[in-house]
Amino acid sequence: MAAEPTTLGHEQQATAVKDHGHVTNTGLSNEKLAMWVFLGSECLLFGALISSYFLYRGRSVSGPGPEDVYDIPYTSVSSFVLLMSSLTMVLALAAIQRADYRRLRVWLMATALLGATFIAGQVYEFTTFIREGLTISTNLFGSSFFVLTGFHGVHVTLGIVMLLSLWNLSLRGRLQQDKAEVIEIAGLYWHFVDVVWIVIFTVIYLIP
Amino acid sequence: MSEPLLSEAAEHGRPHAEGGEHGAHPTDAQYVRIAVILALVTAVEVGLYYTSFSKIATNTLLLGLAGIKFVMVAAYFMHLKFDNKILRRLFVTGFVLATFCYIAYLLTLGVFI
Repeated sequence: MAAEPTTLGHEQQATAVKDHGHVTNTGLSNEKLAMWVFLGSECLLFGALISSYFLYRGRSVSGPGPEDVYDIPYTSVSSFVLLMSSLTMVLALAAIQRADYRRLRVWLMATALLGATFIAGQVYEFTTFIREGLTISTNLFGSSFFVLTGFHGVHVTLGIVMLLSLWNLSLRGRLQQDKAEVIEIAGLYWHFVDVVWIVIFTVIYLIP
Repeated sequence: MSEPLLSEAAEHGRPHAEGGEHGAHPTDAQYVRIAVILALVTAVEVGLYYTSFSKIATNTLLLGLAGIKFVMVAAYFMHLKFDNKILRRLFVTGFVLATFCYIAYLLTLGVFI
């Protein structure tokens, strides 16, 4: 999306060059814009999966249903853990914007650990459901539930890998203040995974 | 550890690193306050699950609270409130269109009827 310099106002060019060293039509970095477009496409993906869950809800003819397997207090704690990981992520961004690299690494690791705790909780939940007789092929509820929450879990896992890679880069001194946008873009992904869970927790678990 | 993790250096809002229309980011303390509000809203949601209000009222409240959490995370943690308006319009338009599209799809299949 590189633009002809003549199509931009002087002020816009100056801002773009000062912030990121390149000029674009929008004055925004291409990477950040691309992440938002990607998140828009993710809305469609999770929208489809949530819609499928609604479509098949209450249509299972056999096997355990939601009321038989859900453990709301347990899932509430998992939700709280993921919600707090958004706080540590945004604190990591704030730290690198201040060139505070020690705190950046602390908050990145805290975010990764909270994400790992959420995933461990999901693995435990899945194994409990399977022990109680609900698998991905048991009934329509099992299929739509495991696919939806499984896809979300994969997203969280990829986010953890991303966070640990950034932590490693920072440890080796390759993530300086001028690269704060890298943390911001990773943060956008992480927060999106959090807002998707906010929706899943309410519409799948809490609304009977 | 000689310094607290929530630095006092962040007392004043940081300018955004992006060009265009924007404001200062919240401070670390403000981020913590937002997280506390999110945790409290989650606690209210779980409490509502165990109440014996009418199903329609409970579900409406639960959806409203989820909407508040969604908007708070997007606005403050994802910085949509402070970022360039192009990003806000891009995401909100996509999200609203996707929501209406899937609601229409589900209505067509008789899910909510």
